[in-house]
Amino acid sequence: MPEEHGWTEVATLVSDRDYDLPIPVADEASEPFYAGAKEGRLMLLRCSQCGRYRLPGRGRCVDCWSEQSEWAQASGRGKLYSFGIMHQKYHPAFAEVTPYNYALVELEEGPRLITNIVDCPNEELRTDMPVEAVFDAVSEETTLIRFRPRATG
Amino acid sequence: MASRARHGGQAIDGRDLKGKAVISGLGLTEMGRIYGHSGGWFAAEAIRLAIDDAGLEKTDIDGLLVNQGMTPLPGMGGVDLQNQLGLTNLRLLSSMNVGGATAGIMVQYAALAVSHGMANHVLCVFADAPLREGRGGGAAYGGGGQQPQPRGMRGLYTAFGMFGVNARYAMAASRHMGMYGTTNDHFGAIAVAQRGWAAMNPLAQQREAMTLEDYHASRWVAEPLHLFDCCLVSNGGVAVIVSSAEGARDRKQPPVYIWGMGQGHPGDLNRAGWDIETQTGAPLSKERAFSMAGIEIDDIDVCQLYDCYTYTVLVTLEDYGFCAKGEGGPFVADGKLGPGGSLPTNTGGGQLSGYYMWGMTPLAEGVIQARGQGGDRQASKHDVVLVSGNGGILDHHCTLVLSPHPA
Ligand SMILES: [Zn+2]
Repeated sequence: MPEEHGWTEVATLVSDRDYDLPIPVADEASEPFYAGAKEGRLMLLRCSQCGRYRLPGRGRCVDCWSEQSEWAQASGRGKLYSFGIMHQKYHPAFAEVTPYNYALVELEEGPRLITNIVDCPNEELRTDMPVEAVFDAVSEETTLIRFRPRATG
Repeated sequence: MASRARHGGQAIDGRDLKGKAVISGLGLTEMGRIYGHSGGWFAAEAIRLAIDDAGLEKTDIDGLLVNQGMTPLPGMGGVDLQNQLGLTNLRLLSSMNVGGATAGIMVQYAALAVSHGMANHVLCVFADAPLREGRGGGAAYGGGGQQPQPRGMRGLYTAFGMFGVNARYAMAASRHMGMYGTTNDHFGAIAVAQRGWAAMNPLAQQREAMTLEDYHASRWVAEPLHLFDCCLVSNGGVAVIVSSAEGARDRKQPPVYIWGMGQGHPGDLNRAGWDIETQTGAPLSKERAFSMAGIEIDDIDVCQLYDCYTYTVLVTLEDYGFCAKGEGGPFVADGKLGPGGSLPTNTGGGQLSGYYMWGMTPLAEGVIQARGQGGDRQASKHDVVLVSGNGGILDHHCTLVLSPHPA
């Protein structure tokens, strides 16, 4: 089990930019996840009975079926489970950034999170490469959790 | 030998079901950019053709299972279709949806019903009409995952631009490439092989020759998927009739016996240690289907494998055990799936080059091959035909083992 982590700097990677991509907002089930991201914390649910981590929005632990859980801060470290490079223009807002990468990162705690990878050219993305969270404040209200390559050693 | 589940001290492998049910009729409408008709019209037309093919009367039909495509049919559970066709003595009726696994799964439930006296002749139908004149095929399927105001964890798909089924399958294929060194040349070999078959199928939508260079030149949709890695979009309808073996004797068409059937739904825990992207439900599905049929992998003469993407074929071949896990790429690279190859697969061109009728595409071609009615594309040996279905993002798998022989 990872130890508790302190505050992480909230990176404003592109702080003064005009951010034109869709900006998600919290719903009831994900409110602590979004609030955590604003403070530079990656928050997951941890089952009160068996201790397994899960993504927000799942009311019941898939292992022990307990509905009791608490919010816990994840390490922000993980590996790139898989990724793709989108070329199709399905959404007008993405037209200018296409082709862009989208990714599924497997967190050290187990769950896999939808995100994208920054600070890395698309050609250099590799399955299972170590990554770490970057907290990107895209609006007053919302900070998105992206990931970047993590040096290991 | 597949393991045999035990129940009350008795081995259960379904072997008493082998050959009890048959596919007695097949109806295929025109496929592709056929405009001016609703999904309901295509369904009714496919049913009419299937009944005619089987040499049955509409009053013989006492079961109806409906798989609706992207254009839903009106009414609940296929009742509108029933009333349009005046099917007035149904003992069995339902609408089902397990994505591309539905067609095969409908046949399985129909086979159980006719084997145990619940019905005599069960119609299973799929129809769809998502194509509109002047609109690309992608418009029918591409937009999934978009929310006007993205919210919650679901909103992350929109925030990070992960739209549609293409994005999800691209990630699955990418994972396989990263794990095992699979390449686009490997995926391309599947696309080229199936195009070779499509050239011999009058119903196929894409019949002009394709080379590996053509494959690489096709535009990226979502890397690592090229356009030619992705299935077509089609308007059309397919129906099959499942009958008891006794009820189908001395009919118009040679019966196609259902030797084995199974399903595999492993679920997706979306966490470390779980890899549905490269390990599908096929092994679970195969186990019961093969034990019921009493066959091993080497007994299979012809494959009709669900091919929403080239990658789906590759991972399915691995998961059935045609080759070891991770070796699907080198396995297909020599062209063995194509015309003249040692493992004829998707002999109508599949959904990549033939037509996209979800699970009905492999099923219909499986019936044609088992009957020996494939014309120029007929496999010389067709005693054992494997048909697979796949639904969702590799979430659902089903298997049918078909044969022209009762046992
Ligand atoms: Zn638990």
